[in-house]
Amino acid sequence: MEMVWLTISGLLTLAIFSFLYKDNPVYKFAEHLLVGTSAGYYLIIDYFNAVKPNLIDEVFKNHHYIPIIPGILGLLVLFRLSRRYGWISRWAIAFYIGTGIGIAIPVGMQANIIEQIRGTMVETGKVGTPALFSIQAFSTLFSNFNWHNFIIALNGPIIIIGVFCTLAYFFFSKPHTGALGKIAKVGIVFLMVGFGASFGYTVMARVSLLIGRLDFLVNDWIRPLFKI
Amino acid sequence: MEPPGESEVLNMRNFMEKFLKLDRRYIFILVAIGVIIPLIFPIGLPIDITDHVKNIYDAINSYPPGSYVIISLDYDPSTIPELNPMTYAIIRHCFKRDLKVIALTLLPAGPGVAEIVTKECARLENKEYGTDYVFLGYKVGTDAVILGMGEDIRLPFPQDYYGTKIDDLPMMKNFKNYNDAKLVITVSGTRMPEYWVAYAYQRYHIKIASGVTAVMAADYYPYLQTGQMIGLIGGLKGAAEYEKLAGLPGKAFIGMDAQSIIHMLVIVFIILGNIAYFIVSWGVKKGGAK
Repeated sequence: MEMVWLTISGLLTLAIFSFLYKDNPVYKFAEHLLVGTSAGYYLIIDYFNAVKPNLIDEVFKNHHYIPIIPGILGLLVLFRLSRRYGWISRWAIAFYIGTGIGIAIPVGMQANIIEQIRGTMVETGKVGTPALFSIQAFSTLFSNFNWHNFIIALNGPIIIIGVFCTLAYFFFSKPHTGALGKIAKVGIVFLMVGFGASFGYTVMARVSLLIGRLDFLVNDWIRPLFKI
Repeated sequence: MEPPGESEVLNMRNFMEKFLKLDRRYIFILVAIGVIIPLIFPIGLPIDITDHVKNIYDAINSYPPGSYVIISLDYDPSTIPELNPMTYAIIRHCFKRDLKVIALTLLPAGPGVAEIVTKECARLENKEYGTDYVFLGYKVGTDAVILGMGEDIRLPFPQDYYGTKIDDLPMMKNFKNYNDAKLVITVSGTRMPEYWVAYAYQRYHIKIASGVTAVMAADYYPYLQTGQMIGLIGGLKGAAEYEKLAGLPGKAFIGMDAQSIIHMLVIVFIILGNIAYFIVSWGVKKGGAK
């Protein structure tokens, strides 16, 4: 029985891959099947993992009636389907955004702004943290000159110069001419390196997904199916 | 050496123009061959270990047996090829060190994947449910769940995935909140690690490590640099590193041969494409617009 499911899965994978040759009805069938089953799957998953345990069971089994309030707010969102009463959905959305922002701003500021600025200015001394302008890192480099120590010593200065120049590029209150223009150009170089690293990782991720699918086709499906 | 004649330049330009217009389906075939051959006949190309991956491995090795590790499997079937290998390696490494694993997921579609992975790891390492590991399942409300776990894990998870009360699970009787855990590892194909850093690390100062898809890895280096994460496993390469460190070669280890070959192929095509582009441009200048 397992081999039947593997075969269905393998054939559907090949159907999706057929798009690489050109668009065709087999690909369209597999695509629509994916969209339809995904929508149904997520609907059921959301109902049984969110609505039922948090609302239905709480109210009818445990007799806790507070969840009725968020339940009603959730239903209000459905008013978006009506042109006339669509504005009612804004109450629920306002509540959601208001509480979300209130919870997220303090910790978000700390994690994404304050800690990042601090990490650029001082040595945090935490595990895995490169030392910024660390005297010790440079003394290690000069006492034992090798590629690893060179990179360790330069990590911090590169980060500081990169942050400074990139921020200069995004400073729009003064024309990018003279010294500011030159610094901004260095900032562009850092941005390009950043985009290149992200793109490289993206290629790696997409290739990984391909490897996963082809590994399934070859090692999990075809080889056991034909006993090779 | 004499400069090339006009006919030679023209021939070269025509050839390179054809190269630039190469049907991309030939490239797809080359990529497929480049992946399939090493999957059938592994080459065993070397894999270097990076500090960010080793930090997680060292942290897990440093904890005494019986310590608690929370593993949040925040991914769904779409990222299984990248994230399953690292999850297997991490959980099995925790089991080998006799650490107690509390598994959960913050994605609605996560339980299906997470349950299979935790059960399979437990089967491979002969671990028992409730004593060596638990699976809490999914709970809606990411930030509220993470914050609630900081107060008492029973607030967001009064019972496990199978409906057993938390206090009825032997390993959970003495576990209250993050203070009782050594580390939180989030394996994610979403932006969930940011939530764990913002709410669990910033608020409760629990150590965070994460395993992410390669697409997301570059975004998380700032969190490493500031010490908000102790380590990062990025994509299939990171997973292969962890498998190598833990001595548990698996899908990532096998896949890295194919990954390296395809990367070489991409580099070769980028170089050839640029050479062709410059030759065609040079030919146009030399021989006039076609």
